[in-house]
Order: sequence, then C-alpha cells, then structure tokens
Amino acid sequence: MTLTATRTRWLQDNGVYVAVGVLLLFNALFTANFLTLGNFTTQLVQAAPVLIVALGMALVIGTEGVDLSVGAVMALAAAVIPLYLGAGPLPAILMALVAGLAVGAFNGFLVARVGIQPIVATLALLVGGRGLALVIANGQLVQLHDPAFLALGTDDVLGIPISVLIAGLLALMVAALTNRTTFGRQLVAIGGNRRAATLAGLPVTGVLVGVYTICGVLAAISGVLATSRLAASDPADMGLLMELSAITAVVVGGTPLTGGKVRVLGTVMGVVLMQLVRATLIKHDLPDSIAQMIQAAIIIAAVYVARERR
Amino acid sequence: MPTDPVIEVAGVTKTFAGVRALDDVDFTLNRGEIHALVGENGAGKSTLIKVLTGIHSPDSGQIRRTGRISTIYQEVNLVPLMSVAANLFLGREPRNRLGLIDRARRDAEAAELLRGYGITADVRSPLGTLAVGEQQMVALARAVEADADVVIMDEPTSSLEPREVETLLEVVRKLHEAGIAIIYVSHRMDELYRICDTVTVLRDGRSVHSGPLRELPRIELVSLMLGRSVNEIRKHGTTAFGEDHHADTQPVLEALDLTSKPRINGVNVAIRPGEVVGLAGLLGSGRTETAKAIIGALPLDHGTVLVAGKPVPHNVRAATRAGISMLAEDRKTEGIIPNLSVRENIVLAALPRLGRFGVISRAKQDRIVDTFVRRLRIKVSSPEQKVAELSGGNQQKVLLARWLCSEPRILLLDEPTRGIDVGAKAEVQALIDELAKEGLAVLLISSELDELLDGADRLVVLRDGEVAGELEGAQLSREHVLAAIAAEVMDDADSH
Amino acid sequence: MTTLTAATRTKVLQRQGAAVALILMVTVSWLVFPRFGSLDNLRDLALQGSFLAVIALGMTFVIITGGIDLSVGSLYALGGVLAAWGSQYGFLAALTLPLAVCGAIGLINGLLIARTNMAPFIVTLASLLFARGLLLAITDEGATTYQIAPDSAFVELGRGTVFGFGYPIFIAAALCALGGVVLNRTNFGQNVFATGGAEQSAVLMGVPVARTKIGVYTASGTLAGLAGALTAAYLQSGVTVIGVGTELDAISVVVIGGTLLTGGMGTVLGTVIGVGLIKVIQNVINQIGTLDSNYQSVVSGVFLLIVVVLQRMLRR
Repeated sequence: MTLTATRTRWLQDNGVYVAVGVLLLFNALFTANFLTLGNFTTQLVQAAPVLIVALGMALVIGTEGVDLSVGAVMALAAAVIPLYLGAGPLPAILMALVAGLAVGAFNGFLVARVGIQPIVATLALLVGGRGLALVIANGQLVQLHDPAFLALGTDDVLGIPISVLIAGLLALMVAALTNRTTFGRQLVAIGGNRRAATLAGLPVTGVLVGVYTICGVLAAISGVLATSRLAASDPADMGLLMELSAITAVVVGGTPLTGGKVRVLGTVMGVVLMQLVRATLIKHDLPDSIAQMIQAAIIIAAVYVARERR
Repeated sequence: MPTDPVIEVAGVTKTFAGVRALDDVDFTLNRGEIHALVGENGAGKSTLIKVLTGIHSPDSGQIRRTGRISTIYQEVNLVPLMSVAANLFLGREPRNRLGLIDRARRDAEAAELLRGYGITADVRSPLGTLAVGEQQMVALARAVEADADVVIMDEPTSSLEPREVETLLEVVRKLHEAGIAIIYVSHRMDELYRICDTVTVLRDGRSVHSGPLRELPRIELVSLMLGRSVNEIRKHGTTAFGEDHHADTQPVLEALDLTSKPRINGVNVAIRPGEVVGLAGLLGSGRTETAKAIIGALPLDHGTVLVAGKPVPHNVRAATRAGISMLAEDRKTEGIIPNLSVRENIVLAALPRLGRFGVISRAKQDRIVDTFVRRLRIKVSSPEQKVAELSGGNQQKVLLARWLCSEPRILLLDEPTRGIDVGAKAEVQALIDELAKEGLAVLLISSELDELLDGADRLVVLRDGEVAGELEGAQLSREHVLAAIAAEVMDDADSH
Repeated sequence: MTTLTAATRTKVLQRQGAAVALILMVTVSWLVFPRFGSLDNLRDLALQGSFLAVIALGMTFVIITGGIDLSVGSLYALGGVLAAWGSQYGFLAALTLPLAVCGAIGLINGLLIARTNMAPFIVTLASLLFARGLLLAITDEGATTYQIAPDSAFVELGRGTVFGFGYPIFIAAALCALGGVVLNRTNFGQNVFATGGAEQSAVLMGVPVARTKIGVYTASGTLAGLAGALTAAYLQSGVTVIGVGTELDAISVVVIGGTLLTGGMGTVLGTVIGVGLIKVIQNVINQIGTLDSNYQSVVSGVFLLIVVVLQRMLRR
C-alpha cells in the first residue's frame, strides 16, 4: 500500500523526466541524424512558442483555473503587428503585448470580480477573440518585410535562436516569480486552499487578475515570435488549438488541474516531451494520425497518474 | 417505557487514523421513541450516525437494525435547482400509461403532501427559492414518504427561524404518533426537553449517560456534555494556563451589536490588551460566528468592529491590516495550505513584509521560521516538510505561528486545542498565556469548560446567538457558567 | 418573497432572453433584408442549423450534468468520414458505422469520467485528438476523401426534401423533441438534472450518478456521429477538414440557450433557440455582404459573454 503510494508519488513527480530521457535515448540509438546541433535547434525553435504560452497556462492552472483564450490572443497579437509595423518594430511589438495584456486583464476581471468559472469566461474570448483578430486584419494574410522584426525569428545569439533564448529567459523569470516572490507564493496558496487564503488576508482578487494578465501577455509574446518566424501576419491560423497544446504540456509536466502547485521545470519538460514525441514519430515516418492518437494516450496516462494525488 | 428496539448497538468502536472516534459505545433506540443524541463537536455523534446508517462499518461491536433508516442532514441534501415536486419524488415519480413521468399528478400529489407539513409554496418552483426552513421540511417529507421506520435528524433546526422550528417540531410529533422512531441531534435545550423521551450523551467518543431525559436536570445535562475529560487532569488544576492577567487599559477591540440573523443577534464583546476573553456557550450558540464576524468573514446585517477606537471596514483584508488575526476552527478547510511546506505556511500572511519589491528574502524567512519552530516547539523533520504530513497538534502550532509572525494585536482563537494530543494541548495553552502577558488581546473559544475557566480572565456566555451573561473574578466557576448557559432554558420550561 | 420574484426574473431572462433576441433578430432581418424572408433562404437556414442542433442536443445533456464534451467536433468529422466509407456497403452500414464508433468513443469518455474521476475537460480533450487521429488514419492522412454514390439511398437521407425542407431538418426536430421528453419526463432525465445540480446530494438521494454520466457522454458521442453522417449524406462525401472548433459552437449555443454551464439547469428548447440565433446572425452577416464574415464569431463571443455575465448576476 505505502510502497505503491510512494511509487505513484515518485512517478507523479518524475514521470515526465523519465519519459523525456527514454525518448532521447531511443532517438540517439535508432534515429539517424538525431544527435546533431541542427536538429536540436530545429526542435527547440518549434517548441518555443508553445513553451511561452504553457508558462502562463501553468500559472493559471496553479490557481485552479484555465485559460482557453491563449490561441485567440496569439491571433490578436499577429493581427495587431502589421498595423503598427510602419512606426517601427518596437511600437508594433508593444501594441501586440498591450492587446494580450488587455485580454488577460479582462479574463481576470471576469473570473475574480464577476465570479464566472474560468473555463466559461475564457471561452467567450476564445470564440470572439480570433474573430476580432480576423476583423482587424480584414481576414487577410499579410506578408511582413521589416528586417528588424523578421530578425527576431531568424537571428541567433551565440548560435542560440532568439526565440529560444527568449523562451528560456521567460521560463527562468516565471520560475523565479513562482518560487521567489510574494505574488508567486500567494498564487500557489490561493490555488491550494482559497478559503484559507482569504482568511489569511491575502489579496485574492488582485492575484487572480495578475495571473490572467501575465498569461495574456505571455500568449501575446508567443504570437509575436511566431509571427516573426512566419514572416507573415496570419490571424486565421496563428495559435489555432494552442490552448489545448499548452494545457496538455502543463498537465503532462505534473502540474495538477486541481491547483495549488506550479511546476515550471515540469512544464518545460512537458513541452519538450510533446515536441520529442512528434519529432520521433515524424522521423520514423509514422503518420500524423498515429501521432495524434499517441498524444491522446499520453494525456490520459499523465492525468490518470496525477489523479491519485489526494 | 416500551422496550421494542429497532436499533441496538453494543460495544461499538471505530478508529480513524489512530484516533478513537467511538469507544465501546452502547446505544438502543426503541420503536416510537424520540431519542436525543447530544455531545459537543468531536464527541462522536456524526460517527455514530454514520455507523448506524451503514456508511461506516465499526472496527468492533455489534449493530442490529430492523427497518429502514432515513437521515436528514444539517445541510439540506436536495437539489436546489430542481423543482420542489421533483425533489420530493426523485426516483419514484408517478408515471402515465406511456411510462413517462406524469408531471401534473406529481405536482398535485406533492402540493397535497406538503400541505400536511405546512408548506404552501408553488411546488413547481425551484427548491432553492424556498426558505431554508421550508427546504428542510421538504427533505423531511421526502425522508418520511420513503416509508422509513427510523428518521435521524442531524441538527434540523440549526438554521431555522423560530416559527419554522415550531412547524418542524409539530411534524416530529406527528411522526412520533405514527410510530416512527426518531434520533434527534440538537444542542437546543428547550427543543430537546419539549420533544425527546430519552437521551444519550456522548463525550470524547464514549457514551457517558443514557436514560430518560425528563429525570435529568438541565444543568446536569449541560455538565455531562461539557464535563472535564478525565485523562487530561494535571497537577495544578486541569490546564496549563497560569495566573490571571491584569489589564485596566482601554479595550483594543470592541465589537458592537454584531448581528447576522439567525446565527448571531446583537453580540457585544470588548477585549483589552493583555486580556484573554473566553466565549462560552454550547455548539451552535454563535461562538464561531462571532469570531468570523469580527474578522469580517461573515456578512453582517449590522454591527461595528472597532480596533483602538477606530472602525474597521467589514472585510478580512482590512481586519488583518488593523491587526486582527483568526485561528479558524477547521484546520483543514480554512487553515493549512496542504501542498505548501511548513515554512511557507508560517510566513504566508506576513509575506509582503518579508521582502523588497515583492521578492522574498529567504534569509529573513528562515530566521522567522526558525524562531517560531523553536519557540512553539513544532516537531518537523525540516521546515521544508509538507504541512499536510504533520500531526494535528503541530499543524495547529504552524497556524499559530502564521498569525504570530504577522504581529497581530488581537488574536481570535477558535478551538485552538481541539483534536490535538495532550502534550501539544498543554503547550498551546501555555503559549496563549504567554502571549497575553506580552500584551496581546485574545478571544478564546472552546467547548471545554475547564479550558475556558482556567484560561480566560473574563467569560462572555452566548446562548442562541445572544450574550447571556458576562462573568469575571469569583463568578468564574463551573456552576456560574452552567447556570448562565442553562438559565433561560429553565425560564423557557416554566413558560411552557 | 424577494427570493421568489428574483427567481421569476431570472427564469424569464434565462428562458426567454434568447427567444426574445431571436424573434427580434428575425423580425428586423425580415424587414431590412428582402432576401432573408424568402422560402429558399429559410429552408437553407433550417438545414444549416439542423446539423449543429443534433450535436448541441447531446452537449445540452452533458452540460446539465455539469460536464463538458470537447470531442464532438472531431467525432462529427469522423462520423462523416465513416459514413462515406461505409456507404459502399449499403445504407445500413453508412448509418450504423458512425453511430457505433462515435458512440463507443463517447462511452469511453463516460467511463473514464465517471469511474476514474478524471476531469471531463481533459478526458474529452484527449478523445478530440484521438478521434482526429483515427480520422486521419482511415483517410490516408487526409489525402483520401470518400465519395458517396449520388444515386444511393443514403444520399437521399441528406438531400431528400418535403416541401423543399430537407430531411435533416425533420430528423433534428424529431431528435430534439425526443430529447426534451427524455430530459423532462423520464427518470434518466431527472437523474441528469440531479447529477449536475448537486452531485453529493444526488448520491445521497440514491441517484446512479456514474451511470447517468456514462449515459450522457455516450449519447453525446453518438449524436455527434449522426450529425457527421447526415452532413456526409448532404455533401455526398466524407469531408475530412470539417468540425474543427465545432465543439465550441455547440457549447456556445447551449449556453446562449440558457443552460447553466455549472450544470443542473437547462432546456432542449433553449438550445434549439440558441442554434437559431447563431444561424440567423450568420445568415444576416452574409446578407450584408460588406460586413466581414468574421464578425460572426465576434458577435457569438459577445452574446456568450452577455449571457454568462447575466446568469452570474442573477444568481447572486
């Protein structure tokens, strides 16, 4: 009994690392051209936007919430960029982030002040947000030519692509925020026991609004980077189903949907795992169909293991 | 007295995680009898009910049941969004020839039936639109209509208005006349004496008395419920409290006319720095509600809280900032954050003061945590241990530390020693004493009379949500408190 | 008595709010756009709405139990592909194959949710991926689109008409009527309400909560499969790319129709009205022409928001 409990607990805490390790080993042995710098760079570049969104999602899930609007926020960010790119890349990026901030703050307001379930509040913006992005962009895909802006997606620093660098930095920042700041600890406490947190005099409303706002801004950053890499503003497809990928990565990374715990490194590993699964299947010529079914199985397995925590 | 038992329990013992919730309990319910089951929180009433209804199986002992048991819980266990009639008939709806639910007939039958319970509301409206008392009545009707032989009522009147109580008691009498046996759990003395034939008193998981109710003086019954626990008497008195504290300064906390109907009604409490004021009264008399009203966690009809003469806005944030802290009664749902470590649970309320620009200083935290772990003698393998893994006593100390490190001026303690072992209990009591000496104003709520008598400088006695008396000095005796708690009960009895 | 009047107000706004909006929309559209009121346009409107209505019917049951089913969009597409593939073996295969497969996936959803206590959101998210994967697997990664012989009886199911109104309209109407009866006049329906209204109480009242949940997810999967089959029959092929985001449309119309997303309260009629409202808005935006069709989702989002905020306000 206790042995199984300990084993389950260990699996909950470390399952994602083991899975990543096993996949890496498998690929090192059986996949041609896997252990190359080029391949690793490609994998990381592909994973960066999901990671940035997943970081915000992990914070929201830590408060026992969920944010379905992240994909729509990415589309909004993509739609906003060409409008302001004439004034230079910085104002364009800034306006995109403001859009994310506004949506996030609005979500937070609906959840914390009005008291609407997170899943419903953010659903409205998932439905309406992408439509709004398309309206802004007139439903058009716009090619972007500003070299400084495009550099975000193509350049690298010391061989590390800028987007990967940014994702890494943000992961460190979110980890520091969660573990080393008042805000972070209050967030986890609110997710862990809201009544106790309220009785302890914590600023519950403020923290919740803050968390959703951060999530919105992170989604916008992800939208900016993805747009720059695409060299085009494509609000129709930008971030489509991103909310599902992000939630999957967070949950697979060991952050429980019931709140009270945020695992930043686990989330990073969750993103890496899902990316590796996809890459492995592609490199071994397994079709997309099988890839999706395997992802489904991984999600169920991860949640099933996590469920016994209690 | 008829002896035709429908429920017979002999020598039942039930243990949860090493704690004996029931210890060799005997209990007999006879046909057609109304049996009062009384005892303070944690005495074992709910465990006994769950054993009777088969939700828990006992570790040892025998249970004999004949007939169907229905239970009505304190919280109405119906579906608020469904109609009254649908709730009443859920699972046994009348059908038409096609096998479909005959709604017209269901509604008509429901209306007819509920009239007998004094309910005339539209049975098609959602149950949630009825007053709590009426909902309770629907639950009762549902239980009875299920052809029960035994009905267990767990504090059915705790949230009812006086008028609703009358109706409910009327229905209970009718059930009684119909030959149904009733187990009636309540703390309201006048109700018990009006309707119950026999009484069983539980304390600390044991049955300390069982017999005809009318032969038992009320003061005796209260004494049985609150009685000192035999195994906790120490050399000097029964608790670890020291001498009285002397304070003749102005009160730091004044709560005026706190009212939140029907739970509390016009409660006044004042506490001076360095003073321990005890809140006495039976369970349900409004003790916890008074504390919650002071900290701003209970919506008020009216009333004011003053700290050092200044009014405090009625919310927890403001109260905390003004220097009020509350140790909640329910550690699990209102106290600890289970996923976090001992260290984080301790510093939680003080976080904003422990860092700069929102970044927490780990060194400062460790220093504070270290101080409190040593001062309160919290037994942990390391401050990084998860708080959920600690014993109840140590969790309680962690919570005390949480409040102390936010440097409050007023500390509200709701049952600070409940459910913790004897050693930890003495330590917590000694600590309360020490804190008062340092100038803290303490409000102490306890179901244990000895703890109150020894620990408090002054007692405010509550009864049915109102202040029934204030005792100090020589009046701080068992007899005086029991008299104050039971007093109006006697007046009541005279008038009936 | 204040509680009662507040409740009545809530009821009126929730039950009739969407209906009033629908009537207003229809009246205004009729007056402003001459083409709106034409029989052809109305027939088309009803036909377009019928597929969504079938999916939303299942979703209504799921949401009333306090759950959510994200897999219906994928199951809708999968159902269409299976029907088209099965049509080569005759009418019966074309109809039963999608119902059986999608129903089975719904059943698995229900079993996982009811028996292992996993969150409906995450379980049905996984089956959203799984069903999409299955679809790709049987269509050579989406490269093959199975066609249905134009003269087959199955096509008639999607394209046949009575007075110009397509069969799917009648099928959807019949199913919704049946759904209404099941919800309000059977034991199962009462259990659905009790499960979503107060699960703990329902258990104490003897409601088979687990079985009820399994039932609603199975029904939801089956209905999504049926909607897919009808769509395939109408389009004469199993289009692989439909159904992305359809689960969100279904959830939106259910909520707009006054069903509480927290469970315990809702009506099939409300859902039908919700479908009507969304489809009329879509139709009108198309009529305006100068307006971008993307306004549809903006308007839906705003509607959704208003409904949810109102529900919340009125429940206080």
